[in-house]
Amino acid sequence: MRIRTAGVTAAITLTLLASACGGSDDTATNDASARTDGNLVIWADDKRTEALRPFAEQFGTDNGLTVEVQAVSKDLQTNFVTASQSGKAPDVVVGAHDWIGNLVQNGAIDPVQLSAAQQQAFSDLAMQGVSYNGQIYGIPYAIENLALIRNTELAPTAPATIEDLVATGQRLGTAGKTSEIMALQVGENGDAYHIYPLYTSAGGSLFGVKDNGDYDPKDLGVAKPEAVEAFKKIAALGEKGAGALKRSITPENAIATFTSKKTAFLVSGPWALTDVKKAGITYEVTPVPGFAGGSVARPFVGVQTFYVATKGQNKVAAQEFVTNYVTRTDLAKALYDAEPRPPALTAALDQVASSDPDAMAFLEAGKDGTILPAIPEMAAIWDPFGKAEAAVIGGADPATAIPAAATAISDKIK
Amino acid sequence: MGKRDTGAVETRPPRPHRASASRGPDPSDRSLTTGGLIAKTLMLGLVTAFAIWAAFPLIDAGSWGWLAGEIVVVVVVFVVYLRRPLPMKYLLPGTLLLLAFQVAPVLYTMSTAFTNFGDGHRGDKREAIVSIQTSSVTQVEGSTEYTLSVATRGDALVFLLADPDGAAYLADRDGVRALPAATVDGGRVTAAPGYTLLNLGQVNARSQEIGDLRVPTDGGVIIASGATRAFEAKANRGYDAGCDCIIEIDTGRRWTADNHIGSFVDAAGERLPQGWRVNVGLDNFQAVLTDPDISRPFLRTLVWNLGFALASTFGTFAIGLLCALALHSDRVRGRKLYRALLVLPYAMPSFAMLLVWRDMFNADFGLINRLLSMHVDWFGQPWTARAAAIAVQLWLGYPYMFLVATGALQAIPREMTEASAVDGASPWQSFRRVTLPLLLVALSPLLISSFAYNFNNFNAVYLTTEGGPFPADNPSVGATDLLITYTYRLAFGGAGAQYGFAAAVSIYIFTIVAVISAVSFRRTRKQEEVYS
Repeated sequence: MRIRTAGVTAAITLTLLASACGGSDDTATNDASARTDGNLVIWADDKRTEALRPFAEQFGTDNGLTVEVQAVSKDLQTNFVTASQSGKAPDVVVGAHDWIGNLVQNGAIDPVQLSAAQQQAFSDLAMQGVSYNGQIYGIPYAIENLALIRNTELAPTAPATIEDLVATGQRLGTAGKTSEIMALQVGENGDAYHIYPLYTSAGGSLFGVKDNGDYDPKDLGVAKPEAVEAFKKIAALGEKGAGALKRSITPENAIATFTSKKTAFLVSGPWALTDVKKAGITYEVTPVPGFAGGSVARPFVGVQTFYVATKGQNKVAAQEFVTNYVTRTDLAKALYDAEPRPPALTAALDQVASSDPDAMAFLEAGKDGTILPAIPEMAAIWDPFGKAEAAVIGGADPATAIPAAATAISDKIK
Repeated sequence: MGKRDTGAVETRPPRPHRASASRGPDPSDRSLTTGGLIAKTLMLGLVTAFAIWAAFPLIDAGSWGWLAGEIVVVVVVFVVYLRRPLPMKYLLPGTLLLLAFQVAPVLYTMSTAFTNFGDGHRGDKREAIVSIQTSSVTQVEGSTEYTLSVATRGDALVFLLADPDGAAYLADRDGVRALPAATVDGGRVTAAPGYTLLNLGQVNARSQEIGDLRVPTDGGVIIASGATRAFEAKANRGYDAGCDCIIEIDTGRRWTADNHIGSFVDAAGERLPQGWRVNVGLDNFQAVLTDPDISRPFLRTLVWNLGFALASTFGTFAIGLLCALALHSDRVRGRKLYRALLVLPYAMPSFAMLLVWRDMFNADFGLINRLLSMHVDWFGQPWTARAAAIAVQLWLGYPYMFLVATGALQAIPREMTEASAVDGASPWQSFRRVTLPLLLVALSPLLISSFAYNFNNFNAVYLTTEGGPFPADNPSVGATDLLITYTYRLAFGGAGAQYGFAAAVSIYIFTIVAVISAVSFRRTRKQEEVYS
């Protein structure tokens, strides 16, 4: 019996084994055929995937390739670096330009070569964003930055200074029309990105600039006395001051506070407009106002970028797609129609300008902006800077909070 | 199932299923035998199929170690299930899963702790060098930009170039030569006698070759950018094996490899961003002990961490037990409904609930302040933030304790409490002296595991207070930081992720939890001896 059992088992196992071999043979041939006509894989976040898919597929059809746009909804950058390392990298990645520093130090992206004419077709800020260590690491396609979104029913005129804004906000408050002066997200642990326009207007900076135009991580602006002075001005707007900046305004409730008409002013980016429009609020987009007598308020400017992966299997197609297809005006315009962020291509922007005042208004608001630093050291800034901001807004003394943040940052940068 | 079929046929030592066999041979046993045989065969076949499916990628990648491991596993599975040494049939799947999901990750973590693995140090040295060279490739200043058509001559790949004036060139490994016979249309070479032009799909299929094709020129090399453009480029940085260093051609600047830290470093101590993974020995462990950022707030964080874990564990236990006791009485009507309601928080995804609770504690817009007409800055002050963190954890955790306490209560015979009542014990005395000790014998291991879980309860803190509030003079450690949230910020909050360092810290935390658990288990065992 034992022998018979073993014999039957072995026989059936062999049959399965043969079918398994057949199965893997099939997949092998599939792989091979996929390789001859190419299979360009693009990674992007959910929203952009939808916008991109028809164009990417068109590119594939035109060139005899299969193109696959895959949505990576969470931690795209980390997933991309991990995938590169394990040899499963996509060919093209769409992401923010401030990833460049980290992607380069991990050997995950290749520089791209643009002709002088191609470079001139983009706005200067956009090209500045994708340049790093004297190389261009990606193709910019959209620009985004903060602006002041104002409920024109409650506040008909745009405030010239932040003091104006606070005065209007307070007046609306005493009249019982609103409960908050403005919605600028802070949260319990601060938000360096959103406070940055006010910080720069008050005279603060993050990094010095090297000769080649790159940020210099050794020259830390937070460690300078100007940073403390700047935060003194911000403290005056905080919870112990005018009450315009509050830790209870968080990333989750800032836009909702504005759309529910609890405030007349929202400091946010183009992504907020969908909700604002849905709430049926009449609004205008203007630059974030600075302090009276201070410098101009400079928001961070972020650039959405197409990258060519170093470890991709289809590099030629990826380079072709990124340098010669994404740079076309009609594509930029179409991407804009799918998701309205100001295009980085000047020609596409001109086409958009006439039809969409918001895009131009955001661009105008970012005109004096600072390009978001792409150096890996920037990662060390966000957390301590935000926490110092939250502490100061909560009433802590900038003279202790800011130097402590500077120490924490420089310890991490080393 | 394998053992059921043999039981009917062969004489084997008694075992649980013997009962069915001893009823004598009946037809149902036979069908079981065949069914068992088929199932077993199918399973073994699946194992084999899976192994073969997994083997090809391993061979492709040249991972011989993993392949050997796989073969060993398959052989062991076949030996055990065909030769049937009985206990092994049950032990084997468990052992394999234990090895795969418990031992392997722990070993991997431990091995990572001895490296500098992290952002900027992910690959090997060769990859770092390639990346440095690629990043330094620039267009030769003032050089011509060509349009490119990739073509083949026989099987060899060549570049057909056209300059802005419309002149055509042939470019291959031997250099650039004029190619007057070519047809240039729209600024590109569209045909050339003796050459086959490739479309993008075909070009892409030979990506590797095209990337490797470097056409020598006087000023550098001509390389392809995509499939339609080519330009004269030079790599400004190169690796010199002689000095084991990277040399910048323009300036003569050099970065020498430091194989202890896995970076190229220049004379001034400045590193190139692209480094590689090296073994750093005990450096990470040492850094944890010597870094003042860690050692200074360590004790305070540890005390709060213990407090949080104890308060969460015993708080949830007390509430859970109270509810269980209340619903244990037969006199309560609608017990099923109450039980269902009480278990509700346990049934909701804790991830989402933590975020909801965070918003409820918002000082100005939160539900809690509004309901109670208070204005407490919950997450803004150390003690209110701690209270809030524990309160949320109590809400999330008590249904579990309620469930296990209900189960344990039902397992205690009623006679015992009735007997103690007959002996004149008050309800409290009978609970304190009879029920609770018996409960604790059953629940102590669960309390210890709950403690170990809460000690490392990353989500409970990170999704609510994020470790805050932070003192104004120290943004790196907050009032509600657990060791795990604190080290997460240290390892991943700086300039990129430092997996090696994080692994070292997690080994320390593991040691702390292991010691506490071991001590508790020892005490529990003593307790069991007393009450059994």
